[in-house]
Amino acid sequence: MTDLVTDVLRQHAEDAFAAELAALAARDDRPRPERWRLSPWAVATYLLGGELDDGTVITPKYIGPRRVVEVAVTTLATDRALLLLGVPGTAKTWVSEHLAAAISGDSTLLVQGTAGTPEEAVRYGWNYARLLTDGPSREALVPSPLMRAMADGRIARVEELTRIPADVQDSLITILSEKTLPIPELGTETQAVRGFNVIATANDRDRGVNELSSALRRRFNTVVLPLPGSLEEEVDIVTRRVEQLGRSLQLPELPGGAQEIRRVVTVFRELRAGLTADGRTKVKTPSGTLSTAEAISVVTNGMALAAHFGDGVLRAGDVAAGVIGAVVRDPAADQQVWREYVEGVVRERDGWQDFYRAARENAR
Amino acid sequence: MSAEVTLLGVRHHGPGSARAVAAALERLRPDAVLVEGPPEAEPILGLAAAKDMVPPVALLAHAADDPARAAFWPYAEFSPEWVAIRHAVDRGVPLRFIDLPAGHSFAEGGDGGAEEEDAALPRDPIARLAEAAGHDDPERWWEDVVEHRRPADGEDALAPFAAVAEAMAVLREDGGASLRDRQREAYMRGRIRAARRAGHHRIAVVCGAFHVPALERTPTVAEDRALLAGLPKKVRTEITWVPWTHRRLSQLSGYGAGIVSPGWYHHLHRTDGDPLPGWLTRAAGLLRAEDHPVSSAHVIEAVRLARALAGLRGRPLAGLTETLDAVRAVMCEGSDVALALVRDRLVIGDALGSVPEDAPAVPLQRDLARLQRTLRLKPAPEPRELDLDLRKETDAARSRLLHRLRLLGVDWGVPVRSQVASTGTFRESWRLCWQQEFAVRIAEAAQWGTTVERAAVGKAVGTARAAAELAELTGLVETCLVADLAEALPAVMRVLADLAALDTDVAHLARALPALVRALRYGDVRGTDHTALGEVAGGLADRIRVGLPPACTGLDAAGAAAMRVHLDEVHGAIGLLGGDDGLADRWAGTLRSLARREPTGGPATGVPGLLRGRAVRLLLDDGRLDPAEAGRRLGLVLSTAGSPADAAGWIEGFLSGGGTLLLHDPRLLGLLDAWLTGVPAAVFTDLLPLLRRTFATLEAGVRHTVGSRVAAGPLDSGDAGPAAEAAEVDLARAGAALPVVALLLGLPAGAAAGSGAEAPPGAGRPRIPRQAGGRDT
Repeated sequence: MTDLVTDVLRQHAEDAFAAELAALAARDDRPRPERWRLSPWAVATYLLGGELDDGTVITPKYIGPRRVVEVAVTTLATDRALLLLGVPGTAKTWVSEHLAAAISGDSTLLVQGTAGTPEEAVRYGWNYARLLTDGPSREALVPSPLMRAMADGRIARVEELTRIPADVQDSLITILSEKTLPIPELGTETQAVRGFNVIATANDRDRGVNELSSALRRRFNTVVLPLPGSLEEEVDIVTRRVEQLGRSLQLPELPGGAQEIRRVVTVFRELRAGLTADGRTKVKTPSGTLSTAEAISVVTNGMALAAHFGDGVLRAGDVAAGVIGAVVRDPAADQQVWREYVEGVVRERDGWQDFYRAARENAR
Repeated sequence: MSAEVTLLGVRHHGPGSARAVAAALERLRPDAVLVEGPPEAEPILGLAAAKDMVPPVALLAHAADDPARAAFWPYAEFSPEWVAIRHAVDRGVPLRFIDLPAGHSFAEGGDGGAEEEDAALPRDPIARLAEAAGHDDPERWWEDVVEHRRPADGEDALAPFAAVAEAMAVLREDGGASLRDRQREAYMRGRIRAARRAGHHRIAVVCGAFHVPALERTPTVAEDRALLAGLPKKVRTEITWVPWTHRRLSQLSGYGAGIVSPGWYHHLHRTDGDPLPGWLTRAAGLLRAEDHPVSSAHVIEAVRLARALAGLRGRPLAGLTETLDAVRAVMCEGSDVALALVRDRLVIGDALGSVPEDAPAVPLQRDLARLQRTLRLKPAPEPRELDLDLRKETDAARSRLLHRLRLLGVDWGVPVRSQVASTGTFRESWRLCWQQEFAVRIAEAAQWGTTVERAAVGKAVGTARAAAELAELTGLVETCLVADLAEALPAVMRVLADLAALDTDVAHLARALPALVRALRYGDVRGTDHTALGEVAGGLADRIRVGLPPACTGLDAAGAAAMRVHLDEVHGAIGLLGGDDGLADRWAGTLRSLARREPTGGPATGVPGLLRGRAVRLLLDDGRLDPAEAGRRLGLVLSTAGSPADAAGWIEGFLSGGGTLLLHDPRLLGLLDAWLTGVPAAVFTDLLPLLRRTFATLEAGVRHTVGSRVAAGPLDSGDAGPAAEAAEVDLARAGAALPVVALLLGLPAGAAAGSGAEAPPGAGRPRIPRQAGGRDT
C-alpha cells in the first residue's frame, strides 16, 4: 500500500488497504453472501487484524471488543441495516468506511447527514437541463448514492443519521423495509439487488437532534461502539492512527512519541473518568467529550509542531497546548477543572515535571 | 472394571450431561444407581420424588452439635445428578450416594461440600482439553462439544461418556489429583465394590468426569484402606433438603455453584428442538412488559442474527453469547441497560425451588424454633401486640431476636408506637404476625449462617459491604446495636468510617447522623461499647456544621423543604448527642450564621427564608435567642423591603411544628397580622398556598385561638393580651404542685422549695416545649 503514492491527502480505505484486501480475497474459501467481495469471517478479520496462513499480516483497523465487529458484520449479511452508535470519536465513521470497503470494495456511496440534507440525497434528483429538453426519463434522473448501491448490490453509508431532518429520514423506511425505491414520475421503481445494505452512524451525545422514529429504528440493528476499555488499548489506537496520519501528512518520524502519547491518553482517560489511573484521587470532569479521536489530533498536532518549529523530538511542550485546547471547551468552568487537575494531579506525578511546566506556561 | 459397572462422567450442572445421562440410563436400565454425593443423604433421597419437591433444591448437611459447620450440594433440574436421582427413585431402583461422608470434612473443621463440588471438575482439566483442541475459551469449547450437542438418531447413548472418559484419562496421566481427591476416589471405589457384592448386575455410576479414570482403576482393597486411614473420625451429621434459587446457583462464592446462566441452562434442558425461538420470544415478552417496543419481527431478526453469528464464529449452534449479542443489537437498541434486565431475569432467572413439608428442618429454622421455645414466643398468624421491658432478661432477649429476624428479612415483629404511651428507651412495642412465607425467607437466609445470630451477623456485614449511602450504614449500625450483633459492628463501623470520610454531601451526612445518634443512645442503655461510634458521630456533626451554611445557600423551594427536614433532625440529634465539648454551642453558632445569611441580590445569593426562619425558631426554642429579638427579626423579614415570598417561607420555617408561640407572644401575632393586611392583593394570591400550608399544620386549638383573637380586634396592644394574664400567677396554688414536680425531676424537696422562691431560670418568658417536627409540611 505504501507503493501506491498519490497526491491525495487521504485515501479511501479500499485503496489504502488494497493489498490486504486482495490477500484476504485470495485466501478466503468460506461461503460469501452474494456480491460480497469477502466472506463475513474475512471481513471480521480485515477489521480486527490477524495473520493469514500465507504469512500476510492484516493490520487491525478497529481495536476494541471483537463482539462489536462480529455483530456488525453479521447484521450486514441479514436484511436488517446496521446502526453504529457512540459518542463522538469512537471510530463510527472509520468502522463504517472499512466495512463498506471490505464488503463491497467501495466506501464512496456516502450520504453525509446534515441539518440541510435534502430528500434528493437519499432518493434521486433530476438533471434539469435534460428534464426540460427530453421530459422525465431514466436519463434525466440523477441517482443518489443509496439508489446506486441498491442497483449494484453494494453497501451504502449514511453518516450522522440523527442530523437528517425527520421527513428525509422517513424516506429511508421504504428503502429499508421494501428494498425498493419507487419513482412515481416515471411510473417505475428501482429494486435493490442482493448485497445491498445500509450502514448508518449516529451520535449518542446529541440524540435529541432528530430522534429516529420507532418505525425507522426497527429497521436497524444497533451496535454501540464503546470508548476504549483500557489505557493500553487506547494508547495502541492513538499510536497506530498517528503513524498513519503522519505518513499521509508527510511528517518525519519523531522520537519521544511513545511517551507523550501515553501521557496524552492518560490525561484524557483520567479527566473522562473523573478518577486518576491509580484510583486514588477524584478529579472533576470537563465539558468536552475528550474522545480518542481528539487525542489523536492532539498528538498529530504536537508532531507537526515538533517537526516544524521544535527540535525534532516530540516533547511535553508540543502536546500541552493541544491538550489544554481539547480540555478547556468552556472558558470559565473547564479552566477551573484543568487548573485543579494540573495542580492536584500532574504536579505530584513522578516524571511529569516537564509536562507540568509546559501546562503552566501554556495556561491562559 | 468389568462390563457390569458403567461410569457416566458428567460436568456438574451441565444440561448436555443431564440429557446424556437420561439417555444412557434409559438404555442401560441399571439395577443400581450410584451418584457422587454425601452418603448421609441416602435416607432422605426418597423425598426427591415427592409431589412438592421442585428443583432447584439443595442438600444441606451440618455437624449435629455445631450447625455453623455446614455444606450445601445444590441440584437444579438440569443437573445430571438430579436426573439420575429421579431416574432411580421413580423406578424404585436402589440409589446410593458414594462420595466421602460429609462428616469427615466437618471433623477437619472445613466447610467441605460446596467447594469440593467445584473442585471435583476444576476449570483446569477443561482448559487443558480446550487448549489441546485449539480453543482459547474453555467454557465455550465445553459447551460446543458437550452441552450444546444433541445426539444424532441411532447414536450409542454411551458414546459421549466413553469419549469424555478417554480425554480425562489422558489428562490425568500426569497425576494432578490432590490427596483429597484420591481419598474420595478410594472411598467411591469401596462403595462400588460394596454394590457389586450386594449382587447388583448392572451398576451405573454418575460422577464428575474428572473422577472417571480413577474409578476405572482397580487397586487392591488394602491400598484404598491405606489412603482412607488418614481421614479424621466422622462427626455426627444431620442432613436435609432446602429450597434453592437459580440466583444462588449463579453465585461464584459461598454456597453458589458458579453457574453463570442457570436460567439459560434450564431452558436448554426443557426444550427439545431449537432453543432459540422459544428463548428469544420470552426475552421479547419480558422487554415488552418493561415498555420496550419489541415486535415479533424483532424476534425473527434476533433468531437470524444469532444463527448467523454462530456461523461466523464457527460454532455448531448459537450459544448464550450469540443469543445475548442478538438481543442487544436487535431488541435493546444496543443498550446494555435493557440487556441487564434480560440477563438478570432470563439468563439467571428467579426460579425458587420448594421441598416437601416432611423434609427435616433447616438448622437456622431449628435454632429459631429453639429460641421461640425458650423465649416463649409462639409464631401465630393472627397479629398481636407485645410490649417489652428491656431491663428484663427475657424481654431483652426477645427484642434481640425480633431485631435480628428483621435484619434477615423476616418481619415477624414490626415495631409499633407503644400502647403504654411511654417514650422511654427501656420499652419497645412490637406487633407480631407470623406469615407462611417466612419459612422460605428463613431457608433463604440459611446462606448467611446456621444460627439466627450468625446469620444476622453475616447478613449485616454483607449489607455493609454493599452499601453505597451513608444513611443506609448508620441505620445498619443502629440495627446492629439493638440486635446486639457486637461481632458485626467492627466491620460495619470500618465501612461507615470510610464512607463518611469520602462523602461530602451535607444532605447525606445529615441523613446519616440521626440514626447514629439514636444508636449511641441505645448503646448507653444496653451497655455496649460505643467510643468509636461517638467519635464518628462527633466528626459527622462537625462536618455538617461546617458544610451546612454553604449547602443551604441558593436552594429552591423543594430543596429548602428537604433541607428543613434535615435541619430539624440534625438539631434533634445534636441535642441528644450532648457531650461537654461545646458541640451544642458551636451548632448554635452555625444556626445564627444561617439565620443571618439573607439574600442580597436574588434568591441565589442567600439562604432561603424557610431555613432562616427555622434557624431562628430552633434558637428561640433552645432559649438562645430572646423572644424580643425573634420578634425584631420577624419584623425585619416582614418589612416591605423584603420579598413577600421569602417572608412567607420564613414564617413557615418559624411557625412549623408548633404555633403556640403566637398565643404566648401577642406581639408576634400583631406583626404578622399587620404584614398580612399590608400585602398587595396580587402578591397575596401567590402567598396564599404557602400561608395556608403553614397554618394548616398548626394544632387545631392554636388555629382556633389565633382565629378568634384576630377576629376580636386590634392586636398591637400587647399588654391587654393573655401574656399579661399569665403574669398574675397565684403563687400559693402553684407552690402546692412543687413537691410533686420535684419528685418527678428527682430533685431534693428542699431545693424545689428554694427554687420556688427564686425566679425560675429564664423567668418572664414562656418556654415553649419543642414539638415533633412536622415532616409532612
